[in-house]
Amino acid sequence: MMSVDSRLAWQCRRGMLELDLLLRGFLDNGYEQLDASGRDAFERLLKTQDQTLFEYFMQNKLPKERELIDVIEQIRHAAQT
Amino acid sequence: MTLAVRKFDTLVIGSGGGGLRAALQLSQAEANVAVVSKVFPTRSHTVAAQGGINAALANVLPDNWHWHMYDTVKGSDYLGDQDAIEYMCRAASHLVYELEHAGVPFSRLDNGKIYQRPFGGQSQDFGGDQAARTCAAADRTGHAILHSLYQQNIRAKTHFFDEYFAVDLVKDEQGHILGALTIEIETGEPLLIEAKTTLLATGGAGQLFCNNTNAHINTGDGIAMALRAGIPVQDMEFFQFHPTGIAGKGMLMSEGARGEGGYLVNKDGERFMERYAPHAKDLASRDVVSRAVATEIREGRGCGPDGDYVLLKMDHVGEEVIAKRLPGIRALAETFAGIDPAKEPVPVSPTAHYTMGGIPTNRYGQVVAPVDVGEEAIPGLYAVGECACVSVHGANRLGGNSLLDIVVFGRAAGNHIIEFLKEHRYHRPMDQGSVDKAMVNLHRWDRKGEGETVGGLRGELQQVMDDYCSVFRTKEILTEGVQKILEIEKRLNNVYLRDHSKIFNTARIEAMELVNLVDLAVATMISALAREESRGAHSRMDFPERDDKHWLKHTLYYKEGKRLDYKPVRVKPLTVESFPPKPRVY
Repeated sequence: MMSVDSRLAWQCRRGMLELDLLLRGFLDNGYEQLDASGRDAFERLLKTQDQTLFEYFMQNKLPKERELIDVIEQIRHAAQT
Repeated sequence: MTLAVRKFDTLVIGSGGGGLRAALQLSQAEANVAVVSKVFPTRSHTVAAQGGINAALANVLPDNWHWHMYDTVKGSDYLGDQDAIEYMCRAASHLVYELEHAGVPFSRLDNGKIYQRPFGGQSQDFGGDQAARTCAAADRTGHAILHSLYQQNIRAKTHFFDEYFAVDLVKDEQGHILGALTIEIETGEPLLIEAKTTLLATGGAGQLFCNNTNAHINTGDGIAMALRAGIPVQDMEFFQFHPTGIAGKGMLMSEGARGEGGYLVNKDGERFMERYAPHAKDLASRDVVSRAVATEIREGRGCGPDGDYVLLKMDHVGEEVIAKRLPGIRALAETFAGIDPAKEPVPVSPTAHYTMGGIPTNRYGQVVAPVDVGEEAIPGLYAVGECACVSVHGANRLGGNSLLDIVVFGRAAGNHIIEFLKEHRYHRPMDQGSVDKAMVNLHRWDRKGEGETVGGLRGELQQVMDDYCSVFRTKEILTEGVQKILEIEKRLNNVYLRDHSKIFNTARIEAMELVNLVDLAVATMISALAREESRGAHSRMDFPERDDKHWLKHTLYYKEGKRLDYKPVRVKPLTVESFPPKPRVY
């Protein structure tokens, strides 16, 4: 289990501070509560380019896929609580 | 067990714009190039440079490279090396067109030419009217440059080692750099990469401070590796701060907020910038506003339970203007401070942004160090970008010059390495002693015991840097800061890891990053204490004036003996007249 978490934690290291805080914050506080499809969506989100992720979170330019939108909303929500 | 070894013509450490521009030049010349990056290459911090890249294309307003040079020298508070600055400003237009041809989608004017926007510090005719010199690909310039360079490198068959961390440089007794010891993060296996030339392009060290705008990866790894290899680091006391970062988090509330009418207030509700800059008020230059905010906090007029921030008030600007012109700032404030700026003011404080200092190089990207008379290149070692100090930014960097710096000197280093490789056709024999020394630094983290944690000590280091080496500097504060940082350096020996596994042991990587940060914190604090003047980003409350008579010189800090040395600023440009120091008034 440890190595999976570390692997994901390293994938949360990005080129922008805002993404580091959002993604790592969610991994520590929120990811555990996701079901299998939510976790899968999070891992797919991590494969997205930094600039696009920034636009998802900060400019409300959302992807089409429902599962990705859900996890983006949850990451945002986690950051504000 | 034997150590795995790979051999290349050139090892590039770091895969931001500087490293990738150099790698591209080399791969296109059919050199055998390895790029080592601790994260996936397109997750390098270059993506965060949203503003643009300066070049005197004169597409919007009259311009030429010589005016750009003047602005850069003046912006550097005359600490920039004028030969390197001339070289950079002359090369700028060519490099921008080259990026365009490599696929960077620059924003356009109606006539089809590249659009250019005005930025702070840009002038026409040597200090006259505002110039418009910054080329941008919408607000994703850094991203576009990084992706284009990455794809071009893939095409040119550059060899990428993704998620490998460089532990230390290896060198022989004659001082030639022979490559680096790295570790594959996924497997935990060390890999020795031998190279005829090594280029450091590891970026800045914003993580030295609690409040900073930088990605977590910006731990100054290459600068610290150079220090441990016996090379001095230059001008580390010059760290650019931005006045308005979200308090406790660090990300920027850009000048746009104040440009649209937002202003700063202290705990008494006073619009304090009126006292510090009666004319420009909240739109005074970054260093002036940063100092004012720091002074308010220092003198007990900060807000919140600890009095450690001021408020950026925007609610009077109106819902409509905020929704229309400042949606990005609103999203940042809502996400990271839980505040809608249309309703409530946002807590802000100065935030560390850019490392002007770094590894001393000449304009070919060669790392240089003093000898008896003058200085000499370290054979086989190059550095470019924020980790290097060439020095085009001197005491203060201008907006739009950092992306320019990385592509200009990335290309220059690539070209020089090509020539070097022609003269040095074979790998030098490996120096086992140097490899063993690097392995000790790696295996140090296998030690078991009870002691301090990496996260705990890093947090303390960042707090000490914020408290003692931020915008507000005096002899008294810095002297105390040096003591505190030296105590932290001692405590490093008592840090232990709990996780000793090999597979994806990121705790070990974070521990090595902490070692790098500690080395750079000591360098920064000691360099700052010694410089008894105010110049650019280094502002000493006890020495408020610039002192060209005693301090128009570069600082050099050596890890061994923690000693300082100085070298002259290169005030003679390549072909034009020198710009002599004048008061920096905007």
